[in-house]
Amino acid sequence: MNEWSQALSRHPSAGDATTVQTISGNRGLQIEEPLLFEQDSPGHCGVDLPEPPSVTSRLGGLDRKRPIGLPGLSEPQIVRHFTRLSQKNYAIDTGLYPLGSCTMKHNPRLNEKMARLAGFADIHPLQPVSTVQGALELIDTLAHWLKTLTGMPAVALPPAAGAHGELCGIMTIRAALEARGDKRSRILVPESAHGTNPATAAATGYSVESIPANERGRVDLAALRAKLGPDVAALMLTNPNTCGLFEDQILEIAEAVHRAGAFFYCDGANFNAIVGRVRPAELGIDALHINLHKTFSTPHGGGGPGSGPVVLAAELAPYAPVPWIVHGAGGFGLVEHDSGDAARSIGRLKGFHGQMGMFVRALAYMMSHGSDGLKQVAEDAVLNANYLRVKLAGALSAAFPGICMHEVLFDDEFLEGTGVTTLDFAKALIDQGFHPMTMYFPLVVHGALLIEPTETESKASLDQFAAVLTGLAARAQSIKTGAGDAASFREAPLLTPRRRLDETTAARKPVLRWRPAPVQQQAAE
Amino acid sequence: MSAVRFTKDHEWVRQEGDVAVIGITDYAQSQLGDVVYVELPELGRQVEQGKEAAVVESAKAASEVYSPVSGEVVAVNDDIVADPAKVNADAMGEGWFIKVRLADPKQLDGMMDEAAYQSFVGEQH
Amino acid sequence: MRYLPLTDADRRDMLATIGVPSIDDLFAEVPAAARHDGLLDLPRAMGELEVERRLAAMAAKNTVAGAVPFFLGAGSYRHHVPAAVDHLIQRGEFLTSYTPYQPELAQGTLQYLFEFQTQVALLTGMEVANASLYDGATACAEAVAMAGRITRRNKSVLSGGLHPHYRAVCETYARFAGEELQAQDPAPGGGEDLAGLIDGETACVVVQNPDFYGEIRDYSQLAQICHQNGALLVVIVTEILCLGAITPPGEMGADIVAAEGQSFGNALNFGGPYVGLFASREKFVRQMPGRLVGETTDAEGRRGWVLTLSTREQHIRREKATSNICTNSGLCALAFTIHLSLLGEAGLTRLAKLNHATAVTAAERLAKIPGVKVVNNSFFNEFALRLPKPAAPVVEALAQRGILAGVPVSRLYPERGELADLLLVAATETVTADDIERLAAGLTEVLR
Repeated sequence: MNEWSQALSRHPSAGDATTVQTISGNRGLQIEEPLLFEQDSPGHCGVDLPEPPSVTSRLGGLDRKRPIGLPGLSEPQIVRHFTRLSQKNYAIDTGLYPLGSCTMKHNPRLNEKMARLAGFADIHPLQPVSTVQGALELIDTLAHWLKTLTGMPAVALPPAAGAHGELCGIMTIRAALEARGDKRSRILVPESAHGTNPATAAATGYSVESIPANERGRVDLAALRAKLGPDVAALMLTNPNTCGLFEDQILEIAEAVHRAGAFFYCDGANFNAIVGRVRPAELGIDALHINLHKTFSTPHGGGGPGSGPVVLAAELAPYAPVPWIVHGAGGFGLVEHDSGDAARSIGRLKGFHGQMGMFVRALAYMMSHGSDGLKQVAEDAVLNANYLRVKLAGALSAAFPGICMHEVLFDDEFLEGTGVTTLDFAKALIDQGFHPMTMYFPLVVHGALLIEPTETESKASLDQFAAVLTGLAARAQSIKTGAGDAASFREAPLLTPRRRLDETTAARKPVLRWRPAPVQQQAAE
Repeated sequence: MSAVRFTKDHEWVRQEGDVAVIGITDYAQSQLGDVVYVELPELGRQVEQGKEAAVVESAKAASEVYSPVSGEVVAVNDDIVADPAKVNADAMGEGWFIKVRLADPKQLDGMMDEAAYQSFVGEQH
Repeated sequence: MRYLPLTDADRRDMLATIGVPSIDDLFAEVPAAARHDGLLDLPRAMGELEVERRLAAMAAKNTVAGAVPFFLGAGSYRHHVPAAVDHLIQRGEFLTSYTPYQPELAQGTLQYLFEFQTQVALLTGMEVANASLYDGATACAEAVAMAGRITRRNKSVLSGGLHPHYRAVCETYARFAGEELQAQDPAPGGGEDLAGLIDGETACVVVQNPDFYGEIRDYSQLAQICHQNGALLVVIVTEILCLGAITPPGEMGADIVAAEGQSFGNALNFGGPYVGLFASREKFVRQMPGRLVGETTDAEGRRGWVLTLSTREQHIRREKATSNICTNSGLCALAFTIHLSLLGEAGLTRLAKLNHATAVTAAERLAKIPGVKVVNNSFFNEFALRLPKPAAPVVEALAQRGILAGVPVSRLYPERGELADLLLVAATETVTADDIERLAAGLTEVLR
């Protein structure tokens, strides 16, 4: 499980191309760039501002007395700094990003243009409602698309990310149970669940119990039935699941959950596999969060921002967090307080209304694809993943037999006897110009490798990726016959701006910010 | 000094008078990788056999350390807090975690001895 | 369809390779009852031109802040963002990259987040900061939860000067986590006795500086009383620019700071996406939610950065994580970092002075209107006016006249009649002398 931390101390062999020494320390287009704080020209500024007029201070005597310590640079220096940093990143725009359950699809530039229309970007959330009718119309339109795509009657738009959406969904479930005087204390979560699921359950005051997977990689229905009882508030399920498989007993699962008086929460991270072809309402789910930054292409931005609206069954709708967008004779309105119609709402989950910038992008994407295009998205996503599954069948070891949905799961059986771990294999992939797939997740198989190509990869891209993986697998196999060398995997990557980094020291002795050199040291120099 | 005993969760325990010295096994530290942090209980805390008493972390994983015996925590090893690498270097000796005053010394009977633990570990693969 | 590279010929070839006759065979495991054949009742695919036309029509129905005199604040502030910021954040390697879990391929993201963490720590006067949370309000709720973990206590006191959205989010989170909150009444002008509410069960006291009405206070003494009782002081900042002009929370003895970073680099965006800032004392770092970037070296001994202390997070600790958070506010944090880098120490100081001067000028002019009173003793770039009649209809009337006059407090506290005549007015560097004059003239007319 933790083999990766053991590989960090190797040094490159002599004569390696990667140890070419240059005068600058740069390597061609790979340019070393210090921290902003190390480039300070005190007093310098990249913004020209007018001289502030003299006024009587109203700061209450609490003026700042000490300097902050921020560096001063000009605009050319700043542009160069961040341009150089960007060149050290892999991105969807660079190449295939096969991360399972992340849905790294192309981020259309139309979305960026639409989000920057002044009519969406330069409006304040608390302007009089009569002055933002177009914004409310957009959010209402997005809500309509989400409800139609999922078949659900209601949607909560405020959650800022998928995990936030999970929190929202589980909170509405708990509120609904409390309203009917039903005290339940457990939530069931499959072993293969993403870590946010149990974390969300715990944050909402529930204890978490795990349901094992069966040998087909799906939730073990008998085990689920055994754990259901009057004490279970909900089941949190991902469908398709994190092994890339459709939970084909989902109707029986929903029935069992409901018969026990519990709610059925669905994690929508993998909605890309079924959008336009399956409506979650018909699977019996009560609440489902949708990651707009996955299925609906809003950009990942290096880790955020996201958006995680939650579609809700009628029974849960009254508990949705405020604000609600409402549509009456006088136009669109906002219900911002948990009184009146929204008296049962769980309240507020974030400031203001929701991730408007992501709503605009997602709606532009939905309108671009339409109902026909979105259906094609799911089909191409599933086709691409199965194509890779079949192309890699000889080289890698599939975790489960048979067809997959939009992602395909392998385990590390194909590496047995080679001395190469899943981690080493993935790092070797980096030198080939690809971001690694998801590793070591889900936890239900050993040394997992989870690949999700998405529908925006061409056949040529997939063929190239398959060829590289096949070649690396063959290279690993050759170790068993003495022809290959595990060290070449353990030392990878060799060609990136940085080699493997020491995560152990980073955790033992955390350095979480830049600090100026101590004054005495400076004086001595 | 009596013989070391082992649990299925890869803790070891050694009785010294009415006190049990507890740590994680060498196998456990090798599986965990470089230890970066340990969370030890406060002195005086009551621990229960089989329940969480401490946490040991590597860069990528966190594992509970379950107390093999019940009793009161009478000592914790500040050395491993200051230098978690000691757990990797000498898990069975200087990398000990806590000392517990035994509520019931009979809890040690029936626990695996060295030979039984080694064969248990062999079965893990 | 322009975003789908597969051709029909590709699809045929690939199905043949897979060995199934049609795409429907790959969906064979979906129960028949759940299959939706045919198309859902939604518009069909549209080209860019058509999408632009429809969305532009919606956008045109909104009154744009930049087109009128604009004075709204209350937790979201209109600042001028330098042109370079938006160009840089749209570079594909920033826009379309993922969380930096593979550090060898993400040194760009990791370095700017390290710079961001440093900037936030410096601004707030705190020892350590994380790589951002969703927004200020959720950061506030996370601060309360963190204080509970550190002190192992269950009760927190919320100042009446806390932004009502932040208070509401804390209340939602606390209800479900089983925490107890004592939220004070939202009266402007202070006078609340927070110290008197602290006891041996108090995890933290949460104050906002400047508060919701704009008042600036020194919380050093309150910090001491908290600490004497084993409690923590949490300070909230909703207009991060103020730290270019006033004493930061770290210098007042704050233990945790939760703030909204929207003012740097991020447009109003009708309320989101924004960027939560989170900082604390170093000794509490293992209880912090959210991502943390740390410095280290690589196999060749060169300096680099990685995500660290990950065992706090959900993907490792699962139900024992410090929070369920997965996403941060990456691109918004980048915009913040770039904008603040362009400002630097000198620019930030000057921009803050400019904001304060604009607000002082506005306050002095508006105080001359008969019946209008500035409530605040102190303020940075936002203050509260007491009007001779309810503020909400006044704001509506001014909106009809093409002036966005500020936020009536009743919008956020509809049930509190005693606050109905209060209007929050913010005046940033984007406000001109002409804007102030037009607001004054309009207000005079409407109040007549």
